[in-house]
Amino acid sequence: MCGIVGIINTDGKLIDGSAIREAIRIQRERGNGLGGGFAVYGLYPENRDKYAFHLMYDGDQNSPVIPHVEAYLKTRASIYQSEQIPVYPNDRISKGPYFKRYFLKPLKEFIGPEQTEEDYIVETVMTINKMDGAFVLSSGKNMGVFKGVGYPEDIADYFRIEDYEGYTWIAHNRFPTNTPGWWGGAHPFTILDKAVVHNGEITSYGTNVRWLEMFGYYCMYQTDTEVITYIYDKLTRLDGLTKEDACYVMAPSLWEEIDRTNDGKKRYLRQIYGPAIVNGPFGIVLTHGKGAIVLNDRNKLRPVVCAKDGNTYYASSEECSIRLLSPDVERIWSPKGGEPVIIDFPQ
Amino acid sequence: MKNNWKIRPPFHPEFDLERCDYRNGCTICVEECTFGEISLKPLKGENGNIQYRPWANMTACNSCQRCVKMCPQSAIHVVSEPMHTSHGYWRTEPVSNIWRQASSEGGVLLVGTGATGPQKRYFDHMMFDACQVTNPSIDPLREPMEIRRYLGRKAERYGGEVASQLKLEVPIMFGAMSFGALNLRVQEAEAKATRKIGTYWNTGEGGFHEGLRNYGGNTIVQVASGRFGVSEDYMKSAAAVEIKIGQGAKPGIGGHLPGEKVSEAISKTRMIPEGSDALSPAPHHDIYSIEDLRQLIYAIKESTDYKLPVSVKISAVNNVAPISSGIARAGADIIAIDGFRGGTGATPLQIRQNTGIPIELAISAADRRLTEEGIRNTVSLVASGGIQSSSDVLKAICLGADAVYVGTPVLIALGCNVCQRCFTGKCPYGITTNRPGLAERIDVDDAARALTNLLHAWGEEIKELMGSMGISAIEALRGNRDRLRGVGLHEEELRILGIKHAGA
Repeated sequence: MCGIVGIINTDGKLIDGSAIREAIRIQRERGNGLGGGFAVYGLYPENRDKYAFHLMYDGDQNSPVIPHVEAYLKTRASIYQSEQIPVYPNDRISKGPYFKRYFLKPLKEFIGPEQTEEDYIVETVMTINKMDGAFVLSSGKNMGVFKGVGYPEDIADYFRIEDYEGYTWIAHNRFPTNTPGWWGGAHPFTILDKAVVHNGEITSYGTNVRWLEMFGYYCMYQTDTEVITYIYDKLTRLDGLTKEDACYVMAPSLWEEIDRTNDGKKRYLRQIYGPAIVNGPFGIVLTHGKGAIVLNDRNKLRPVVCAKDGNTYYASSEECSIRLLSPDVERIWSPKGGEPVIIDFPQ
Repeated sequence: MKNNWKIRPPFHPEFDLERCDYRNGCTICVEECTFGEISLKPLKGENGNIQYRPWANMTACNSCQRCVKMCPQSAIHVVSEPMHTSHGYWRTEPVSNIWRQASSEGGVLLVGTGATGPQKRYFDHMMFDACQVTNPSIDPLREPMEIRRYLGRKAERYGGEVASQLKLEVPIMFGAMSFGALNLRVQEAEAKATRKIGTYWNTGEGGFHEGLRNYGGNTIVQVASGRFGVSEDYMKSAAAVEIKIGQGAKPGIGGHLPGEKVSEAISKTRMIPEGSDALSPAPHHDIYSIEDLRQLIYAIKESTDYKLPVSVKISAVNNVAPISSGIARAGADIIAIDGFRGGTGATPLQIRQNTGIPIELAISAADRRLTEEGIRNTVSLVASGGIQSSSDVLKAICLGADAVYVGTPVLIALGCNVCQRCFTGKCPYGITTNRPGLAERIDVDDAARALTNLLHAWGEEIKELMGSMGISAIEALRGNRDRLRGVGLHEEELRILGIKHAGA
């Protein structure tokens, strides 16, 4: 069991982190204090043209891996700014790893002939993640992740997320059932500007990971959520699938239905992307720079409620979070299993 | 030296004369025994009349149990001989093999079916991981559970081609068993059952009998080293073509159907003269390396207008991983890997018992190599050789197979007692013989029903197993080693299988 919340302002209106802190706090029952986290978009408007790397280092500012990572980054990118991410220890969370953020642009001359800039960034992330004691928490433009071990409201206070503003926020309250509770294992998981919060436990993990590894993804966190993030990234960025098709691949219709409708494209997608099917219970909110996606497993084994109020969309494990944020929300519904809710920002 | 001593066979029937109906002239066991083990012995009855009672000749019993199963009075049981030897090292089997070879039998010892040796059955050392609490199991009676598989070449990514595919409604096909080795009626039953369930059977290398060609949509035809029955029509009449390089029971060994089994029908189907020996050479005489295989694959694709998937079947050997990669790159759409437990109609005993490797290790190694090379999607893997149950099927899938072939289970479903005498033409169940009078022991409709039942039952069991693992689509299990755990395996075995030990 886990709790998830998303607030998506399609008009780009910025809100600070206090709203989402409250929205995830009242789902306290869904977590156990072993993980909480947030992703926020519209976070660094002054650096919107640069990749914002949030790094987590085991230990403190003297961690021996930091010089290695920074030396590596310098061979790959121009670093325009780097700084410690401020934290505010309190009586609930007194200590954590060391966090640092870097704003960077890739060194174009090192991007391979077959590579896009984004491929190059992914390669950089995967390389750092293989270094002992260093973890890239987020790597997209104009966005960032704050997460750790604790209840989400305590994590919110540890990073003082009310000091940050963004037009999209997602939050997670963790009740770990697979990997142990550790700072890197909290949600959201990200690659480039894609971030996922997830409630569930996927049984297709082993198949999915082996498929991803064929394309250079390195699943170091060993969690389901990381895998879902990478599958979506692979399908949309590398293979050029639409969001709808990517969701379809992860939660396809039954063969019986494909036969009945004789839908050649659906059959084709399911045949090619069999190893990318996500089985087992899940409810996810996936955000990217230009919108968000809400998706449930085919059998709807996890709760997800969606709502719309003016230019704002909400998604949540429980309706109470939405009612708290918007007591008279104009439309509220429970999406069917396997049927994605796709929210696109206007151009 | 003249040997006057007799070697008693390892089994013989015993008759309970209290129960036996010989007094009323019953002779069913004598008629049913095809090995000549049971005869009639005259006995003076209570009223002085001569009656005939059944009598074990102590010469030829193979424990096929036909007499036991057919006796209406349940008056027969087959007993094992006590140990021939008292020696702890020179036990019965090696000693009696040497006796047999030294005696008039001479020559290479032949056997049927798969290896019987004590090698570890890895399937028994792997357990499925099930769902509890954090992850709901799925009830297959309430929720849809999908076990359909598509076999064949598929692009790695969107936009690429999906070549012609075999559609399997259960991830199980019937493995190659030729007409000649098998009774034609058994092939017909296989064809009927696979059509009914929605899967495939394989003709083996003995050609495709004209009378079965309307089942072509569910048939895989073989092109083996003997090229029996191969023609353009032959290939075009099937759903897929399989190049047989080797089989698990006899890696590196060809085949031999004795001339006396080559009847008129077999001669027509194989396109060889009646009564002539049908020899399959050990290697294909036009395949001495991978580039030759590539030419044959494309020769078949050309002659079938690129409409049929081409499979390549190999024995599981140590080098299976790079061989599989080579076969995939040579253009095959399916690779069938047959483990050393795989069955056969006839093989030299020493080859069967001592050559090849277990399918569990082979399929895992092949799947891993194809994944590491990024070409796993381009080819489907079929595992076979010793699969005994639906859970073996699913374990093979977790280790990387897309589907499996089963052969011996087909025979067992039709009554076979695995007595290993398939090559004699005396199969008491009528399965591996076309001899008139014996072949009729197979009723096509009964046999088709038995095979349909088997496929259906295994399919249902697979759904139950998947439900317990929280899987509703079988493609989410292929290569999903996380759902398996080893019990009693050491580190190297776990590494090759790619699984963790239970509790880890």
